[in-house]
Amino acid sequence: MSAVANEAKIRVQGVGKKFTTRSGETIALDDVSLHIAEGQFCSIVGPSGCGKTTLLRMLADLERPTTGSAAIGDPRPGKPIQSLVFQGDSVFPWMTVWDNAAYGLRMRGAPESEIREVVGHYLGKTSLSKFAKAYPHELSGGMRQRVSVARAFANDPDVLLMDEPFSALDEQNKAILQDELLRIWEETRKTVLFITHSVDEAVTLSDRVVVMTARPGRVKVDIDIPLPRPRNRLQLRANPEYGELVYRIWSALQDEVLQTAGLQPEENR
Amino acid sequence: MSTETVKPGTAPKPGWSPRDPLRGATGGKESRFVRMLPILSPIGLLVLWEIASRVGVLDDRFFPAPTAIVAQIGPLIESGELLSNTWISVQRVLIGFVIGAVPGLLLGLAMGLYRYLRLIVEPLVAATYPVPKSAIFPLFLLLFGLGEASKVAVVAVGVFFPIVINTAAGVLAIAPVYRDVGRNFRASGFQTFRTVALPGALPLIMTGVKLAIGMALMLIVAAEMLGGDSGLGYLIWNSWQTFSVETMYIALIVISVLGVVFNLIVNEVERLLVPWQRS
Repeated sequence: MSAVANEAKIRVQGVGKKFTTRSGETIALDDVSLHIAEGQFCSIVGPSGCGKTTLLRMLADLERPTTGSAAIGDPRPGKPIQSLVFQGDSVFPWMTVWDNAAYGLRMRGAPESEIREVVGHYLGKTSLSKFAKAYPHELSGGMRQRVSVARAFANDPDVLLMDEPFSALDEQNKAILQDELLRIWEETRKTVLFITHSVDEAVTLSDRVVVMTARPGRVKVDIDIPLPRPRNRLQLRANPEYGELVYRIWSALQDEVLQTAGLQPEENR
Repeated sequence: MSTETVKPGTAPKPGWSPRDPLRGATGGKESRFVRMLPILSPIGLLVLWEIASRVGVLDDRFFPAPTAIVAQIGPLIESGELLSNTWISVQRVLIGFVIGAVPGLLLGLAMGLYRYLRLIVEPLVAATYPVPKSAIFPLFLLLFGLGEASKVAVVAVGVFFPIVINTAAGVLAIAPVYRDVGRNFRASGFQTFRTVALPGALPLIMTGVKLAIGMALMLIVAAEMLGGDSGLGYLIWNSWQTFSVETMYIALIVISVLGVVFNLIVNEVERLLVPWQRS
Protein backbone atom coordinates (compact mmCIF):
# COMPACT_ATOMS: atom_id res chain seq x y z
CA MET A 1 0.00 0.00 0.00
CA SER A 2 1.35 3.42 -0.88
CA ALA A 3 1.83 6.25 1.60
CA VAL A 4 -1.19 8.03 0.10
CA ALA A 5 -3.35 4.98 0.72
CA ASN A 6 -2.22 4.80 4.31
CA GLU A 7 -3.17 8.39 4.98
CA ALA A 8 -6.51 8.14 3.20
CA LYS A 9 -9.70 8.67 5.16
CA ILE A 10 -11.70 6.21 3.11
CA ARG A 11 -9.82 3.05 2.18
CA VAL A 12 -11.38 0.63 -0.25
CA GLN A 13 -8.92 -2.15 -1.01
CA GLY A 14 -9.58 -4.91 -3.55
CA VAL A 15 -13.30 -5.06 -2.80
CA GLY A 16 -15.40 -7.69 -4.54
CA LYS A 17 -19.05 -8.54 -3.96
CA LYS A 18 -20.97 -11.57 -5.15
CA PHE A 19 -24.72 -11.94 -4.82
CA THR A 20 -26.27 -15.39 -5.02
CA THR A 21 -29.69 -15.28 -6.61
CA ARG A 22 -31.98 -17.98 -7.96
CA SER A 23 -30.60 -17.49 -11.45
CA GLY A 24 -27.04 -17.98 -10.23
CA GLU A 25 -24.21 -15.82 -9.03
CA THR A 26 -23.91 -12.16 -9.88
CA ILE A 27 -20.64 -10.33 -9.46
CA ALA A 28 -21.63 -6.81 -8.48
CA LEU A 29 -18.16 -5.47 -7.72
CA ASP A 30 -14.81 -6.80 -8.89
CA ASP A 31 -11.54 -5.71 -7.29
CA VAL A 32 -12.39 -2.10 -6.58
CA SER A 33 -9.71 0.00 -4.90
CA LEU A 34 -10.29 3.61 -3.97
CA HIS A 35 -8.59 5.91 -1.52
CA ILE A 36 -10.15 9.20 -0.57
CA ALA A 37 -8.22 11.82 1.37
CA GLU A 38 -9.57 13.60 4.41
CA GLY A 39 -11.69 16.59 3.44
CA GLN A 40 -12.15 15.53 -0.17
CA PHE A 41 -15.52 15.58 -1.95
CA CYS A 42 -15.45 12.54 -4.22
CA SER A 43 -18.25 11.41 -6.53
CA ILE A 44 -18.76 8.04 -8.15
CA VAL A 45 -20.67 7.91 -11.41
CA GLY A 46 -21.51 4.72 -13.22
CA PRO A 47 -24.30 3.01 -15.11
CA SER A 48 -27.23 1.54 -13.17
CA GLY A 49 -26.38 -1.75 -11.51
CA CYS A 50 -22.63 -1.15 -11.43
CA GLY A 51 -22.53 -1.69 -7.67
CA LYS A 52 -21.92 1.89 -6.60
CA THR A 53 -24.70 1.79 -4.03
CA THR A 54 -23.39 -1.56 -2.77
CA LEU A 55 -19.97 0.01 -2.26
CA LEU A 56 -21.50 2.86 -0.30
CA ARG A 57 -23.57 0.50 1.85
CA MET A 58 -20.39 -1.39 2.72
CA LEU A 59 -18.82 1.81 4.01
CA ALA A 60 -22.07 2.53 5.88
CA ASP A 61 -21.74 -0.87 7.58
CA LEU A 62 -25.01 -2.11 6.08
CA GLU A 63 -23.32 -4.74 3.89
CA ARG A 64 -20.07 -6.73 3.88
CA PRO A 65 -17.66 -7.20 1.00
CA THR A 66 -17.13 -10.77 -0.26
CA THR A 67 -13.42 -10.06 -0.70
CA GLY A 68 -11.16 -7.15 0.23
CA SER A 69 -11.94 -4.45 2.73
CA ALA A 70 -13.82 -1.16 2.85
CA ALA A 71 -13.05 0.97 5.86
CA ILE A 72 -12.93 4.50 7.18
CA GLY A 73 -9.77 5.40 9.06
CA ASP A 74 -8.87 7.41 12.15
CA PRO A 75 -12.20 8.20 13.74
CA ARG A 76 -12.32 11.23 16.00
CA PRO A 77 -12.97 10.06 19.54
CA GLY A 78 -16.59 10.38 20.61
CA LYS A 79 -17.88 11.21 17.12
CA PRO A 80 -19.66 8.93 14.69
CA ILE A 81 -17.56 7.60 11.81
CA GLN A 82 -20.11 8.06 9.05
CA SER A 83 -23.69 8.96 8.24
CA LEU A 84 -25.59 7.98 5.15
CA VAL A 85 -28.01 10.13 3.19
CA PHE A 86 -30.29 7.55 1.63
CA GLN A 87 -31.68 7.41 -1.87
CA GLY A 88 -35.37 8.36 -1.92
CA ASP A 89 -37.58 8.91 1.10
CA SER A 90 -35.89 7.90 4.32
CA VAL A 91 -37.05 10.42 6.91
CA PHE A 92 -39.30 8.83 9.51
CA PRO A 93 -42.93 9.71 8.73
CA TRP A 94 -43.76 9.38 12.45
CA MET A 95 -41.32 12.06 13.59
CA THR A 96 -41.45 15.80 13.15
CA VAL A 97 -38.80 17.52 11.04
CA TRP A 98 -36.99 18.48 14.25
CA ASP A 99 -37.01 14.96 15.70
CA ASN A 100 -35.83 13.53 12.39
CA ALA A 101 -32.91 15.94 12.21
CA ALA A 102 -32.05 15.24 15.87
CA TYR A 103 -32.18 11.45 15.41
CA GLY A 104 -28.45 10.72 15.20
CA LEU A 105 -27.61 12.99 18.13
CA ARG A 106 -30.36 11.46 20.28
CA MET A 107 -29.28 7.91 19.44
CA ARG A 108 -25.79 8.63 20.69
CA GLY A 109 -27.07 10.41 23.80
CA ALA A 110 -25.86 13.92 23.01
CA PRO A 111 -26.86 16.52 25.61
CA GLU A 112 -30.09 18.39 24.89
CA SER A 113 -28.28 21.75 24.70
CA GLU A 114 -26.03 20.44 21.92
CA ILE A 115 -29.03 19.00 20.08
CA ARG A 116 -30.85 22.34 20.24
CA GLU A 117 -27.86 24.23 18.90
CA VAL A 118 -26.75 21.82 16.15
CA VAL A 119 -30.21 20.86 14.88
CA GLY A 120 -31.30 24.50 14.89
CA HIS A 121 -28.19 25.40 12.89
CA TYR A 122 -28.70 22.80 10.15
CA LEU A 123 -32.45 23.33 9.88
CA GLY A 124 -31.57 26.98 9.30
CA LYS A 125 -28.99 26.04 6.66
CA THR A 126 -31.55 23.90 4.86
CA SER A 127 -34.31 26.57 5.15
CA LEU A 128 -36.45 24.27 7.29
CA SER A 129 -36.62 26.28 10.55
CA LYS A 130 -40.23 27.22 9.93
CA PHE A 131 -41.17 23.57 9.46
CA ALA A 132 -39.49 22.16 12.58
CA LYS A 133 -42.80 20.95 14.00
CA ALA A 134 -44.23 19.67 10.69
CA TYR A 135 -44.52 16.00 9.82
CA PRO A 136 -42.91 14.75 6.61
CA HIS A 137 -46.23 14.15 4.83
CA GLU A 138 -46.85 17.90 5.06
CA LEU A 139 -43.65 18.62 3.11
CA SER A 140 -42.70 18.39 -0.57
CA GLY A 141 -40.25 15.75 -1.78
CA GLY A 142 -37.46 18.33 -1.99
CA MET A 143 -38.04 19.45 1.59
CA ARG A 144 -38.06 15.87 2.85
CA GLN A 145 -34.70 15.29 1.20
CA ARG A 146 -33.40 18.43 2.89
CA VAL A 147 -34.44 16.93 6.23
CA SER A 148 -32.40 13.85 5.33
CA VAL A 149 -29.35 16.01 4.54
CA ALA A 150 -29.80 18.00 7.75
CA ARG A 151 -30.09 14.74 9.73
CA ALA A 152 -26.79 13.48 8.35
CA PHE A 153 -24.89 16.76 8.86
CA ALA A 154 -26.34 17.30 12.35
CA ASN A 155 -24.95 13.92 13.41
CA ASP A 156 -21.50 15.46 12.76
CA PRO A 157 -19.84 12.35 11.33
CA ASP A 158 -16.25 12.10 10.05
CA VAL A 159 -17.47 11.02 6.65
CA LEU A 160 -20.70 11.70 4.79
CA LEU A 161 -21.95 9.03 2.44
CA MET A 162 -24.59 10.20 -0.01
CA ASP A 163 -26.50 7.76 -2.19
CA GLU A 164 -28.05 9.61 -5.14
CA PRO A 165 -29.73 11.91 -2.63
CA PHE A 166 -31.29 14.20 -5.23
CA SER A 167 -32.12 11.69 -7.98
CA ALA A 168 -35.84 11.64 -7.23
CA LEU A 169 -36.19 15.43 -7.40
CA ASP A 170 -37.11 17.61 -10.35
CA GLU A 171 -34.43 19.78 -12.01
CA GLN A 172 -35.26 22.96 -10.12
CA ASN A 173 -35.33 21.38 -6.68
CA LYS A 174 -32.17 19.50 -7.55
CA ALA A 175 -30.42 22.78 -8.43
CA ILE A 176 -31.50 24.39 -5.16
CA LEU A 177 -30.34 21.43 -3.07
CA GLN A 178 -27.00 21.25 -4.90
CA ASP A 179 -26.36 24.90 -4.10
CA GLU A 180 -27.37 24.29 -0.50
CA LEU A 181 -25.06 21.29 -0.25
CA LEU A 182 -22.17 23.28 -1.76
CA ARG A 183 -22.63 26.00 0.86
CA ILE A 184 -22.89 23.62 3.81
CA TRP A 185 -19.99 21.51 2.60
CA GLU A 186 -17.67 24.44 1.94
CA GLU A 187 -18.25 25.50 5.53
CA THR A 188 -17.64 22.05 7.10
CA ARG A 189 -15.21 20.45 4.58
CA LYS A 190 -16.12 16.94 5.62
CA THR A 191 -14.94 13.96 3.64
CA VAL A 192 -17.80 13.07 1.28
CA LEU A 193 -18.42 10.09 -0.94
CA PHE A 194 -21.30 10.98 -3.24
CA ILE A 195 -23.03 8.53 -5.57
CA THR A 196 -24.85 9.91 -8.59
CA HIS A 197 -25.74 9.06 -12.15
CA SER A 198 -25.66 12.72 -13.13
CA VAL A 199 -22.31 13.83 -14.61
CA ASP A 200 -23.27 17.49 -14.21
CA GLU A 201 -24.01 16.98 -10.55
CA ALA A 202 -20.73 15.14 -10.00
CA VAL A 203 -18.62 17.87 -11.63
CA THR A 204 -20.53 20.69 -9.91
CA LEU A 205 -20.02 19.30 -6.42
CA SER A 206 -16.79 17.31 -6.41
CA ASP A 207 -13.03 17.61 -6.10
CA ARG A 208 -12.73 14.28 -7.84
CA VAL A 209 -14.96 12.04 -9.97
CA VAL A 210 -14.53 8.29 -10.27
CA VAL A 211 -16.20 6.59 -13.23
CA MET A 212 -17.17 2.94 -12.78
CA THR A 213 -17.64 0.28 -15.44
CA ALA A 214 -20.83 -1.63 -16.12
CA ARG A 215 -21.33 -4.78 -14.03
CA PRO A 216 -19.12 -6.16 -12.67
CA GLY A 217 -18.20 -2.73 -11.35
CA ARG A 218 -14.56 -1.65 -11.50
CA VAL A 219 -12.90 1.75 -11.39
CA LYS A 220 -12.59 2.94 -14.99
CA VAL A 221 -11.13 6.43 -14.71
CA ASP A 222 -10.37 8.79 -11.87
CA ILE A 223 -10.59 12.48 -12.78
CA ASP A 224 -9.60 15.49 -10.68
CA ILE A 225 -11.96 18.46 -10.74
CA PRO A 226 -9.72 21.48 -10.15
CA LEU A 227 -12.53 24.04 -10.41
CA PRO A 228 -12.09 26.86 -7.86
CA ARG A 229 -14.17 27.12 -4.69
CA PRO A 230 -16.42 28.51 -3.38
CA ARG A 231 -18.43 27.39 -6.35
CA ASN A 232 -21.65 28.66 -7.76
CA ARG A 233 -23.64 26.16 -9.76
CA LEU A 234 -24.68 28.70 -12.39
CA GLN A 235 -21.30 30.38 -12.88
CA LEU A 236 -19.62 26.99 -13.28
CA ARG A 237 -21.62 26.42 -16.42
CA ALA A 238 -20.04 29.49 -18.03
CA ASN A 239 -16.57 28.10 -17.33
CA PRO A 240 -15.07 26.32 -20.42
CA GLU A 241 -13.15 24.00 -18.12
CA TYR A 242 -16.47 22.75 -16.73
CA GLY A 243 -17.65 21.74 -20.20
CA GLU A 244 -14.37 19.99 -20.86
CA LEU A 245 -14.60 17.97 -17.65
CA VAL A 246 -18.19 16.97 -18.34
CA TYR A 247 -17.10 15.90 -21.84
CA ARG A 248 -14.20 13.81 -20.51
CA ILE A 249 -16.37 12.04 -17.96
CA TRP A 250 -19.18 11.41 -20.42
CA SER A 251 -16.68 9.94 -22.91
CA ALA A 252 -15.54 7.45 -20.28
CA LEU A 253 -19.09 6.71 -19.16
CA GLN A 254 -20.71 6.36 -22.57
CA ASP A 255 -19.53 2.83 -23.45
CA GLU A 256 -20.57 1.58 -20.02
CA VAL A 257 -24.02 3.08 -20.26
CA LEU A 258 -24.52 1.64 -23.75
CA GLN A 259 -23.40 -1.77 -22.57
CA THR A 260 -25.83 -1.67 -19.63
CA ALA A 261 -28.62 -0.65 -21.99
CA GLY A 262 -27.83 -3.73 -24.11
CA LEU A 263 -26.37 -1.74 -27.00
CA GLN A 264 -22.94 -2.17 -28.59
CA PRO A 265 -20.49 0.68 -28.05
CA GLU A 266 -19.77 2.60 -31.27
CA GLU A 267 -16.59 1.50 -33.06
CA ASN A 268 -15.73 4.80 -34.77
CA ARG A 269 -14.55 6.78 -31.82
CA MET B 1 -96.78 15.41 -7.77
CA SER B 2 -97.05 18.39 -10.02
CA THR B 3 -94.25 19.17 -12.36
CA GLU B 4 -96.19 21.91 -14.13
CA THR B 5 -96.06 24.48 -11.33
CA VAL B 6 -92.44 25.56 -11.20
CA LYS B 7 -91.50 27.64 -8.17
CA PRO B 8 -89.52 30.85 -8.71
CA GLY B 9 -85.80 30.26 -8.27
CA THR B 10 -86.07 26.67 -9.39
CA ALA B 11 -86.79 27.60 -12.99
CA PRO B 12 -85.44 24.88 -15.23
CA LYS B 13 -82.35 25.72 -17.19
CA PRO B 14 -82.47 25.40 -20.95
CA GLY B 15 -82.18 21.78 -21.96
CA TRP B 16 -83.27 20.60 -18.53
CA SER B 17 -86.64 19.00 -18.47
CA PRO B 18 -88.48 18.84 -15.13
CA ARG B 19 -89.32 15.27 -16.03
CA ASP B 20 -85.67 14.34 -16.47
CA PRO B 21 -85.67 10.86 -14.95
CA LEU B 22 -81.99 11.10 -13.91
CA ARG B 23 -82.49 14.22 -11.83
CA GLY B 24 -85.89 13.38 -10.44
CA ALA B 25 -88.87 15.65 -10.53
CA THR B 26 -88.27 17.46 -7.24
CA GLY B 27 -84.53 18.09 -7.53
CA GLY B 28 -82.99 19.42 -4.29
CA LYS B 29 -85.79 18.23 -2.03
CA GLU B 30 -85.25 14.64 -2.94
CA SER B 31 -81.47 14.77 -2.36
CA ARG B 32 -82.10 16.07 1.16
CA PHE B 33 -84.44 13.14 1.70
CA VAL B 34 -81.75 10.79 0.41
CA ARG B 35 -79.27 12.20 2.92
CA MET B 36 -81.75 11.56 5.74
CA LEU B 37 -82.20 7.89 4.77
CA PRO B 38 -79.51 6.48 7.12
CA ILE B 39 -81.26 8.17 10.05
CA LEU B 40 -84.75 7.40 8.88
CA SER B 41 -84.24 3.69 8.34
CA PRO B 42 -83.57 2.71 11.97
CA ILE B 43 -86.33 5.04 13.16
CA GLY B 44 -88.65 3.49 10.62
CA LEU B 45 -87.75 0.02 11.82
CA LEU B 46 -88.44 0.98 15.45
CA VAL B 47 -91.81 2.51 14.46
CA LEU B 48 -92.73 -0.62 12.52
CA TRP B 49 -91.68 -2.75 15.46
CA GLU B 50 -93.75 -0.63 17.85
CA ILE B 51 -96.85 -0.88 15.67
CA ALA B 52 -96.37 -4.56 14.94
CA SER B 53 -96.06 -5.57 18.57
CA ARG B 54 -98.94 -3.33 19.69
CA VAL B 55 -101.23 -4.63 16.95
CA GLY B 56 -100.17 -8.18 17.73
CA VAL B 57 -98.39 -9.03 14.49
CA LEU B 58 -95.28 -9.60 16.63
CA ASP B 59 -95.56 -11.66 19.79
CA ASP B 60 -94.90 -9.05 22.49
CA ARG B 61 -93.64 -11.72 24.87
CA PHE B 62 -90.52 -12.03 22.67
CA PHE B 63 -90.58 -8.62 20.97
CA PRO B 64 -91.93 -6.12 23.49
CA ALA B 65 -92.63 -2.69 21.99
CA PRO B 66 -89.61 -0.34 22.03
CA THR B 67 -91.51 2.06 24.31
CA ALA B 68 -92.10 -0.79 26.78
CA ILE B 69 -88.36 -1.55 26.78
CA VAL B 70 -87.45 2.10 27.33
CA ALA B 71 -89.94 2.30 30.20
CA GLN B 72 -88.00 -0.45 31.98
CA ILE B 73 -84.67 1.43 31.86
CA GLY B 74 -85.58 3.79 34.72
CA PRO B 75 -86.52 1.10 37.26
CA LEU B 76 -83.51 -1.01 36.26
CA ILE B 77 -81.15 1.89 36.88
CA GLU B 78 -82.88 2.76 40.16
CA SER B 79 -82.48 -0.77 41.47
CA GLY B 80 -78.74 -0.43 40.75
CA GLU B 81 -78.85 -3.68 38.81
CA LEU B 82 -77.97 -2.20 35.43
CA LEU B 83 -75.11 0.06 36.46
CA SER B 84 -73.41 -2.42 38.79
CA ASN B 85 -73.53 -5.21 36.22
CA THR B 86 -72.32 -2.89 33.46
CA TRP B 87 -69.46 -1.66 35.62
CA ILE B 88 -68.41 -5.23 36.49
CA SER B 89 -68.32 -6.21 32.81
CA VAL B 90 -66.39 -3.05 31.87
CA GLN B 91 -63.84 -3.77 34.60
CA ARG B 92 -63.36 -7.34 33.42
CA VAL B 93 -62.95 -6.18 29.84
CA LEU B 94 -60.39 -3.49 30.76
CA ILE B 95 -58.31 -5.74 33.04
CA GLY B 96 -58.42 -8.60 30.55
CA PHE B 97 -57.52 -6.18 27.76
CA VAL B 98 -54.40 -4.94 29.54
CA ILE B 99 -53.30 -8.45 30.50
CA GLY B 100 -53.73 -9.67 26.91
CA ALA B 101 -52.61 -6.58 25.01
CA VAL B 102 -49.28 -5.86 26.72
CA PRO B 103 -47.69 -9.27 26.06
CA GLY B 104 -49.32 -9.31 22.61
CA LEU B 105 -47.73 -5.98 21.78
CA LEU B 106 -44.26 -6.93 23.06
CA LEU B 107 -44.26 -10.35 21.42
CA GLY B 108 -45.59 -8.89 18.17
CA LEU B 109 -42.85 -6.24 18.08
CA ALA B 110 -40.17 -8.84 18.78
CA MET B 111 -41.61 -11.20 16.14
CA GLY B 112 -41.54 -8.41 13.58
CA LEU B 113 -37.94 -7.51 14.40
CA TYR B 114 -36.34 -10.92 14.88
CA ARG B 115 -36.77 -13.44 12.12
CA TYR B 116 -35.80 -16.48 14.19
CA LEU B 117 -38.33 -15.69 16.88
CA ARG B 118 -40.95 -15.23 14.16
CA LEU B 119 -40.13 -18.62 12.64
CA ILE B 120 -40.55 -20.27 16.06
CA VAL B 121 -43.67 -18.46 17.29
CA GLU B 122 -45.64 -17.96 14.08
CA PRO B 123 -46.78 -21.60 13.66
CA LEU B 124 -47.87 -21.70 17.31
CA VAL B 125 -49.97 -18.58 16.85
CA ALA B 126 -51.39 -19.84 13.56
CA ALA B 127 -52.38 -23.17 15.16
CA THR B 128 -54.03 -21.73 18.28
CA TYR B 129 -55.65 -18.63 16.77
CA PRO B 130 -58.55 -20.42 15.02
CA VAL B 131 -59.68 -22.18 18.21
CA PRO B 132 -62.80 -20.32 19.40
CA LYS B 133 -61.85 -18.71 22.69
CA SER B 134 -65.27 -19.49 24.14
CA ALA B 135 -64.47 -23.18 23.59
CA ILE B 136 -61.57 -23.03 26.01
CA PHE B 137 -63.57 -21.24 28.69
CA PRO B 138 -64.36 -24.54 30.47
CA LEU B 139 -60.63 -25.16 30.69
CA PHE B 140 -60.18 -21.75 32.28
CA LEU B 141 -62.98 -22.61 34.73
CA LEU B 142 -60.98 -25.70 35.72
CA LEU B 143 -57.75 -23.73 35.97
CA PHE B 144 -58.97 -20.53 37.62
CA GLY B 145 -62.27 -21.45 39.20
CA LEU B 146 -65.63 -19.70 38.97
CA GLY B 147 -64.35 -16.30 40.15
CA GLU B 148 -62.97 -13.28 38.34
CA ALA B 149 -59.76 -14.90 37.12
CA SER B 150 -61.36 -17.23 34.58
CA LYS B 151 -63.38 -14.42 32.99
CA VAL B 152 -60.46 -12.01 32.83
CA ALA B 153 -58.30 -14.80 31.41
CA VAL B 154 -60.64 -15.60 28.52
CA VAL B 155 -60.82 -11.91 27.62
CA ALA B 156 -57.03 -11.64 27.81
CA VAL B 157 -56.56 -14.60 25.46
CA GLY B 158 -59.11 -13.19 23.02
CA VAL B 159 -57.37 -9.81 23.03
CA PHE B 160 -53.87 -11.26 22.75
CA PHE B 161 -54.32 -12.76 19.27
CA PRO B 162 -55.49 -9.79 17.20
CA ILE B 163 -52.87 -7.61 18.90
CA VAL B 164 -49.93 -9.98 18.40
CA ILE B 165 -50.87 -10.71 14.78
CA ASN B 166 -51.44 -7.08 13.82
CA THR B 167 -48.35 -5.84 15.64
CA ALA B 168 -46.06 -8.36 13.93
CA ALA B 169 -47.64 -7.53 10.56
CA GLY B 170 -47.25 -3.83 11.34
CA VAL B 171 -43.53 -4.16 12.00
CA LEU B 172 -43.04 -6.23 8.85
CA ALA B 173 -44.88 -3.60 6.82
CA ILE B 174 -42.31 -0.93 7.78
CA ALA B 175 -40.18 -0.09 4.73
CA PRO B 176 -36.69 -1.66 5.15
CA VAL B 177 -35.02 1.71 4.63
CA TYR B 178 -36.19 2.88 8.08
CA ARG B 179 -34.40 -0.01 9.78
CA ASP B 180 -31.30 0.82 7.73
CA VAL B 181 -31.56 4.40 9.01
CA GLY B 182 -31.74 3.07 12.56
CA ARG B 183 -28.69 0.88 11.99
CA ASN B 184 -26.75 3.64 10.25
CA PHE B 185 -27.35 5.99 13.17
CA ARG B 186 -26.30 3.23 15.57
CA ALA B 187 -29.64 2.83 17.31
CA SER B 188 -29.45 0.11 19.98
CA GLY B 189 -31.92 -2.77 20.10
CA PHE B 190 -34.17 -0.95 22.54
CA GLN B 191 -33.86 2.34 20.60
CA THR B 192 -34.88 0.53 17.41
CA PHE B 193 -37.91 -0.84 19.28
CA ARG B 194 -38.90 2.59 20.48
CA THR B 195 -38.08 4.79 17.48
CA VAL B 196 -38.71 2.51 14.49
CA ALA B 197 -40.68 -0.67 15.21
CA LEU B 198 -43.32 0.69 17.62
CA PRO B 199 -44.20 3.97 15.87
CA GLY B 200 -43.96 2.38 12.42
CA ALA B 201 -46.32 -0.43 13.41
CA LEU B 202 -48.80 1.80 15.28
CA PRO B 203 -51.36 2.18 12.48
CA LEU B 204 -51.80 -1.59 12.24
CA ILE B 205 -51.57 -2.00 16.03
CA MET B 206 -54.56 0.33 16.36
CA THR B 207 -56.48 -1.83 13.90
CA GLY B 208 -55.64 -4.78 16.15
CA VAL B 209 -56.87 -2.87 19.20
CA LYS B 210 -60.24 -2.24 17.55
CA LEU B 211 -60.64 -5.90 16.64
CA ALA B 212 -59.57 -6.86 20.18
CA ILE B 213 -62.22 -4.64 21.79
CA GLY B 214 -64.98 -6.32 19.80
CA MET B 215 -63.57 -9.71 20.69
CA ALA B 216 -63.37 -8.78 24.38
CA LEU B 217 -67.03 -7.73 24.53
CA MET B 218 -68.14 -10.92 22.80
CA LEU B 219 -66.14 -13.11 25.16
CA ILE B 220 -67.05 -11.40 28.42
CA VAL B 221 -70.76 -11.79 27.67
CA ALA B 222 -70.30 -15.47 26.81
CA ALA B 223 -68.18 -16.08 29.91
CA GLU B 224 -70.64 -14.33 32.22
CA MET B 225 -73.52 -16.37 30.78
CA LEU B 226 -71.70 -19.64 31.38
CA GLY B 227 -70.16 -19.13 34.76
CA GLY B 228 -71.19 -15.91 36.37
CA ASP B 229 -73.38 -14.29 38.95
CA SER B 230 -72.73 -10.74 37.77
CA GLY B 231 -72.12 -8.73 34.63
CA LEU B 232 -74.12 -7.95 31.50
CA GLY B 233 -73.90 -11.53 30.25
CA TYR B 234 -75.33 -12.75 33.55
CA LEU B 235 -78.07 -10.10 33.33
CA ILE B 236 -79.12 -11.39 29.91
CA TRP B 237 -79.02 -15.02 31.03
CA ASN B 238 -80.89 -14.26 34.24
CA SER B 239 -83.60 -12.30 32.47
CA TRP B 240 -84.13 -15.24 30.14
CA GLN B 241 -84.58 -17.52 33.15
CA THR B 242 -86.96 -15.09 34.86
CA PHE B 243 -88.59 -14.26 31.54
CA SER B 244 -88.05 -10.51 31.89
CA VAL B 245 -87.54 -9.91 28.21
CA GLU B 246 -87.35 -6.10 28.51
CA THR B 247 -84.28 -6.38 30.76
CA MET B 248 -82.67 -8.68 28.22
CA TYR B 249 -83.13 -6.09 25.48
CA ILE B 250 -81.79 -3.32 27.71
CA ALA B 251 -78.64 -5.34 28.42
CA LEU B 252 -78.22 -5.92 24.67
CA ILE B 253 -78.51 -2.17 24.05
CA VAL B 254 -75.95 -1.43 26.75
CA ILE B 255 -73.47 -3.87 25.16
CA SER B 256 -73.96 -2.21 21.81
CA VAL B 257 -73.47 1.24 23.34
CA LEU B 258 -70.31 0.00 25.10
CA GLY B 259 -68.96 -1.15 21.74
CA VAL B 260 -69.62 2.25 20.20
CA VAL B 261 -68.10 4.14 23.15
CA PHE B 262 -64.97 1.96 23.23
CA ASN B 263 -64.56 2.52 19.51
CA LEU B 264 -64.87 6.30 19.89
CA ILE B 265 -62.22 6.25 22.61
CA VAL B 266 -59.86 4.14 20.51
CA ASN B 267 -60.35 6.46 17.52
CA GLU B 268 -59.47 9.43 19.71
CA VAL B 269 -56.39 7.66 21.10
CA GLU B 270 -55.39 6.81 17.53
CA ARG B 271 -55.64 10.45 16.51
CA LEU B 272 -53.33 11.41 19.37
CA LEU B 273 -50.81 8.59 18.89
CA VAL B 274 -50.63 8.63 15.09
CA PRO B 275 -50.77 12.32 14.21
CA TRP B 276 -48.47 11.73 11.26
CA GLN B 277 -50.87 9.58 9.31
CA ARG B 278 -52.45 11.04 6.21
CA SER B 279 -56.18 11.12 6.78
